[in-house]
Amino acid sequence: MSLDAHLVVSRAAFTLDVALRAEPGEVVALLGPNGAGKTTALRALAGLEPLSGGHVRLSGRDLTRVPPEKRGVGVVFQDYLLFSHLSALDNVAFGPRRRGRTRAEARGIAAAWLDRVGLAAFAERKPRKLSGGQQQRVALARALAVEPELLLLDEPLAALDARTRLDTRAELHEHLAKHTGATLLITHDPLDALMLADRLVIVEDGRIVQEGDAAEVTARPRTDYIARLVGLNLYRGRGDGRTVAVGDLVLHVADEVSGESYAAFPPSAVTLHPARPDGSARNAWPARVAGVQRHGDNLRVRLDGPVELAADVTPAAAAHLRLSPGQEVWAAVKAAQVRAYRY
Amino acid sequence: MGLLVPALAGLLFLVLPLVGLVVRAPWSTMPARLAEPAVLDALWLSVRTATMATAVCLVLGVPLAWLLARADFPGRRVVRALVTVPLVLPPVVGGVALLLVFGRRGLIGEWLDSAFGITLPFTTAGVVLAEAFVAMPFLVIAVEGALRGADTRYEEAAATLGAGRWTTFTRVTLPLVAPGVAAGGVLCWARALGEFGATITFAGNFPGRTQTMPLAVYLALETDVQAAIVLSLLLLAVSVTILAALRDKWVSG
Repeated sequence: MSLDAHLVVSRAAFTLDVALRAEPGEVVALLGPNGAGKTTALRALAGLEPLSGGHVRLSGRDLTRVPPEKRGVGVVFQDYLLFSHLSALDNVAFGPRRRGRTRAEARGIAAAWLDRVGLAAFAERKPRKLSGGQQQRVALARALAVEPELLLLDEPLAALDARTRLDTRAELHEHLAKHTGATLLITHDPLDALMLADRLVIVEDGRIVQEGDAAEVTARPRTDYIARLVGLNLYRGRGDGRTVAVGDLVLHVADEVSGESYAAFPPSAVTLHPARPDGSARNAWPARVAGVQRHGDNLRVRLDGPVELAADVTPAAAAHLRLSPGQEVWAAVKAAQVRAYRY
Repeated sequence: MGLLVPALAGLLFLVLPLVGLVVRAPWSTMPARLAEPAVLDALWLSVRTATMATAVCLVLGVPLAWLLARADFPGRRVVRALVTVPLVLPPVVGGVALLLVFGRRGLIGEWLDSAFGITLPFTTAGVVLAEAFVAMPFLVIAVEGALRGADTRYEEAAATLGAGRWTTFTRVTLPLVAPGVAAGGVLCWARALGEFGATITFAGNFPGRTQTMPLAVYLALETDVQAAIVLSLLLLAVSVTILAALRDKWVSG
């Protein structure tokens, strides 16, 4: 029940070209900004979008030219697409019924699935009489009731409010852990990806820019998008020993590198000063405040200068510096806080 | 104010003739007149033929609407234009056209007669045919609109669950557009109930067989104006009642 796919979809202004693999029982998150081609990839795997090239293989079976109704791929759509004229039970029974079960058998399977997602008491309700979280669970039960070899989830939590999201995410995690087939989860929310997936595949502009488990991706981001997602300042430059030259700025770093390298540090590692600091920080440069925003209990300061920079400061420090847009300050980062790795 | 005056005038213009019917109705003799067998025959025939014509339109019109809304084929615009022709065609012309095709000497009628012994003109079946011809565009246009407005992603969801084209259409698409189909059916039925020109041309005016209410009204007008008023009021009451009932049940729900 492993997935092996190479998806190529060419459109006038956009090309998707990604290779995806998922082992049985593995949850892979396809993470990327809006318009990266995530949903196109999902539709191509489900057979709803024709491929311009590449292949889709599931458990060794070639599905490239197989129509969606014969693929054995379950899909949880972003807005669920529950059939509004059918009860929750009949929605879940729809798949088993189409796959040759009798009406009674299909309803039995559906009842068992609704029980598993904790909705046994709501079986006869129409979708519009269910809350968002309940609809999401019906959609999940409907997709799983056909025992798909591959389960696809398109932003399964995006339509929920923050509170419901937390509970639903935990439940979803449980159900995905029990699913024996491969699972591909599409999301633009890094938290969903980190909590639900075993492996992250990050897509930008129709291409994979980075793959790996959560620890790898968060420690060593490879694009600005990922760095922003995980909240790091990320620069590309030329490494030489324990320095990385980013334009005119030479950063002292904690790791030994040479050649094209990344340097990364969190906004909390940055300190701001009214004048050149004389402390232990090896990296210091003049910068100009571009904007100040609330960020949790602190303030996040955006700065221009030799490099664009985000710094987190306490409200007290901000008051002391009288931070306001356009103001000139000095930014400092200790070399020990700057990670460097090869490009 | 500039719009209110013509708006009220327009409303008055639409309502006043109906008021006239009510005011001039022979209310004292109404129960006796309504109980006349000829009146009941005409009413029963009208309701029956309009319902059968609607059934014919549903069976043929829904697939046609689906074809226009979903299939991509060359000449689709031409087909759509052809479908709407009966809308703009004077019904009498439609009746003449039907005679030329389904009449005893018609293109198909002659063959139907010799091969199966079926004659359509001047029969109750002919009434149904004439009404269906005139009313079907209403159904097709309403259902096509509903299909175009329907979210096709529900059909995709059905496909991922293993449903083929036909199952998807009957189990997902049709329920999805049911309000549109119902609205189209109601329009179609109302048009069929009031049909006059094509019916009298193609099916004639035989009491009990092809004389529907509008035909009876027209005939009565020449001999007994009071009877014509009674028949008109009855037709009005029946159509308004049924439309209102169906509207509550389907269209707004």
